[in-house]
Amino acid sequence: MIVVMDYGVGNVKSVTNAVKYIGCDVKVSCEPEDIAAADGIILPGVGACGYAMEAIGDLADTIRQIAASGKPLLGICLGYQLLFDENHEHGIHKCLGLISGKVIPIPPGLTIPHMGWNLVEFEDDMRLFEGLGKARYFPFAHSYYAEISDPLAKVAYTEYGVKISASVQKGNIYGCQFHPEKSGNDGLQILKNFENICKSKP
Amino acid sequence: MLTKRIIPCLDVKDNRVVKGVNFLNLRDAGDPVELGARYSAEGADELVFLDITATLRSNKTIVDLVEKVAANVFIPFTVGGGITNADEIGLLLRSGADKCSINTAAVMNPQILAESAKRFGNQCVVLAIDAKRTPGKVGKWHVTVKAGSQPTDIDAVEWAIKAQDLGAGEILLTSMDADGTKEGYDIELTAAIADAVEIPVIASGGAGTLHSMVDVLEQGKASAVLAASIFHFNEYSIKDVKDYLAKHNIPVRPVE
Repeated sequence: MIVVMDYGVGNVKSVTNAVKYIGCDVKVSCEPEDIAAADGIILPGVGACGYAMEAIGDLADTIRQIAASGKPLLGICLGYQLLFDENHEHGIHKCLGLISGKVIPIPPGLTIPHMGWNLVEFEDDMRLFEGLGKARYFPFAHSYYAEISDPLAKVAYTEYGVKISASVQKGNIYGCQFHPEKSGNDGLQILKNFENICKSKP
Repeated sequence: MLTKRIIPCLDVKDNRVVKGVNFLNLRDAGDPVELGARYSAEGADELVFLDITATLRSNKTIVDLVEKVAANVFIPFTVGGGITNADEIGLLLRSGADKCSINTAAVMNPQILAESAKRFGNQCVVLAIDAKRTPGKVGKWHVTVKAGSQPTDIDAVEWAIKAQDLGAGEILLTSMDADGTKEGYDIELTAAIADAVEIPVIASGGAGTLHSMVDVLEQGKASAVLAASIFHFNEYSIKDVKDYLAKHNIPVRPVE
């Protein structure tokens, strides 16, 4: 069973729709007993970081404990951006600090937000992309991106004026800047891969 | 490379997809749940759902319908029609929408754009503009509200800039003059807005020939094209459109 954490700033329904569609049990919850019972956790999120970190409040510690426990954790979109140290959207906000890096604006010059389907190239052995070859298109909708400085992280990039991190993997922590639940069949494959990662954990 | 988006639009009334000409003379075009699932599976890049009766705020039936459509749509999904405040956007996002389009309410109270962007991020705030050529003036368009029924004296280009500054992350630009005519997008209007703002512009109204899509993406500088009739009435499939655009060197996400 996968638990989708609902802290009030997520497109929770889209994520649960897609996880159900691939035939996986899913529960929307922030309750400690549900989190303890889950095989893996999805941290969704849409919106601005400051508002989201405020909404997360004490749950930040819960999420850090999940990460430390070795349970697979998948951050999506804003949930992905929250994995890093800090975010520079409307001021500087401290985030979860699970992966070294900071979230900064996409440099001006191109249409902002970065909106639409762009080609993502995977590093070898990124488990979320198993079965998808070396590169695929995914849909983006963001103005800030994570500049990742963590030597332990594998990163998939797309190009938009600069190299934009699209997905990350560090130990049991996974993240996607784009929404796999809104990425057609390839996105459903990513969620299936995450389900397999969750099931393969002892 | 970022690709151009092909976006089918479901104009919904009484739980059915309908399509008219210049916003009038509606005819039935099918079931929104079925059409949404079909376009998602056929390789559309996004889907737009517009409640043309503008009752989203007060009508549980239509929110339930949004949920049903969203359950089978695995591409970005924009919902609009009668949204009046940020709380309603929150409700629609929780019902399966990824973005919300705001039109009349933003004209009446522009701060709704700022508040929504602050809460949900500007990437999910779509400003919809229904623009009409201003008679007697060349290269001028004014904003109309209430589904095109009420003209205002607001200049469409100036409004687009203001909306961007307030927090809109995208503009869904419909030419009232071209809508449903299938005589081609209003390229001049689209270019005027796209040149004035940094956010993406979705061109809408007038899709007919495939070449009109090439024109509005190239000369009109649109980031995306929205179309309804040509898809609903099976004149072209999503694949037809993408194959044609690719042949004319427009970057698109290939349909498998």
